[in-house]
Amino acid sequence: MEFSFAFALEILPKLLRGAVVTIEATLVGFLLAILVGAGLTALRRGTPRLVSGVTRWVMEFLRSTPLLVKAYFLYFALPDFGLTMAPFVAGVVALGLHHGAFASEIMRAGLDSVPRSQREAAIALNLPEGAWRTRILIPQAARPVLPGFGNLFISMLKDTPVLYSISLAEMMFVANEIGSLQFRYNEAYIVVALIYLVFSLLGAVGVRLLERRMTLPGSRP
Amino acid sequence: MSATATDAPAVRFAAACKSFGDTRVLDRFDLDIPRGEKTVIIGPSGSGKSTLLRILMTLEGIESGRVEICGETLTDRFDGVERAPRGRGRLRKIRGHVGMVFQQFNLFPHMSALENVACGPRLSLRRSRVEAEAEAEALLRRVGLGDKLGSYPLQLSGGQQQRVAIARAMALRPEVMLFDEVTSALDPELIGEVLAVMRELASETSLTMLVVTHQMGVARALADRVCFLENGRLVEQGPPEQVLDAPENPRTREFLHALNLA
Ligand SMILES: Nc1ncnc2c1ncn2[C@@H]1O[C@H](COP(=O)(O)OP(=O)(O)O)[C@@H](O)[C@H]1O
Ligand SMILES: [Mg+2]
Repeated sequence: MEFSFAFALEILPKLLRGAVVTIEATLVGFLLAILVGAGLTALRRGTPRLVSGVTRWVMEFLRSTPLLVKAYFLYFALPDFGLTMAPFVAGVVALGLHHGAFASEIMRAGLDSVPRSQREAAIALNLPEGAWRTRILIPQAARPVLPGFGNLFISMLKDTPVLYSISLAEMMFVANEIGSLQFRYNEAYIVVALIYLVFSLLGAVGVRLLERRMTLPGSRP
Repeated sequence: MSATATDAPAVRFAAACKSFGDTRVLDRFDLDIPRGEKTVIIGPSGSGKSTLLRILMTLEGIESGRVEICGETLTDRFDGVERAPRGRGRLRKIRGHVGMVFQQFNLFPHMSALENVACGPRLSLRRSRVEAEAEAEALLRRVGLGDKLGSYPLQLSGGQQQRVAIARAMALRPEVMLFDEVTSALDPELIGEVLAVMRELASETSLTMLVVTHQMGVARALADRVCFLENGRLVEQGPPEQVLDAPENPRTREFLHALNLA
């Protein structure tokens, strides 16, 4: 077994093109997950018991079914119902649904971290319900949520290879293609692993920077 | 405003009952507070002082009885039926008469002192930012914090935070101000600065103040009338020199005696 730097360099541009798809799928999937998470959170808080109960079951379902099953269902089964999606669309929807439930959990923890006394202060100031939510509750809930969202982003990034199985031409897809055409797999996989490592590290640094920016003035780290 | 509304007391409790589970906190509680009066409420821990203020701030409801604020009926319940007109708009209107300052300040930590004080007028009264901030700045100067406009709560001392909280509540120009042990969380050397602000507020003759405190210095400095509360009952009330210096009721005497020993 040998590792050829020349070959690794040769395939790098191709893999990077795949990496662009990986990043795009992660970003769009992440935005969808945030939307799904916000929707689930809204449906679970301060709604009639039936609505919040059903929402809990939906979340449980989304969390406990594998991403691969969701991707397969969306890509291979939905066409039977007359709904055909491109691999990218099916892939990001699967990612968004799968991680939306986790996003909702993170948001809930953030909202719960805002003490009741803040709500009482808002009532004492006669703030309208909307102002309480958008100016007091959410800005404070956002801070503890950030690390969770950062980790979610990174784990979504690492879940994108699953979409290879619905023929999305992301990085892993490209690596396999190279491997099967040239009968050399190790360079492609090692380079893919390194690219993932770099992305994860960049993501972690980004989260750290955001967190520092959002630290409350005067709080001790 | 009609004549009856201005003649009406600032605060009226009539036969108000309030329980938490099996704990009866207020039992057919009656109290009238005339407009402009500075009332200090003292009493043992758990006697219902905070509950009294929280009912007025609409943070708690009652099971039966009536509560009026500035001539408007906040609640009027009998046999579980609410007879006061309902509606969000009405609740917010009544709330607009009242401001409250809390023991733990409860400032918004993500806003500067100026933003904390301006946010009520901006978000509740829909004033413009410029107008609200100009007023907020004037209020912060009045409480001696003209040099801390841009500071965030966590950058301020307890005494400074509490003065911001007082300015924040005053920014909405309430007719009734509620103070729930606002100096109890402070280091002793910081009590004076907050008390000074409260004394200055007390010089506003039209402002009704309801002050809960364990500190007799605070009570003496502010009170027109002192109410001694025990187990949700008004045991004794009167001018401070009577209730604090020559209490008639043995329960009041006992309480004050225990305080002096502490
Ligand atoms: N949210 C609550 N749930 C249950 N019991 C409460 C609650 N708030 C207050 N109480 C009880 O009501 C009584 C009066 O409380 P409170 O008004 O806070 O007294 P004080 O302010 O005079 O110390 C106490 O026995 C207290 O334990
Ligand atoms: Mg209390």
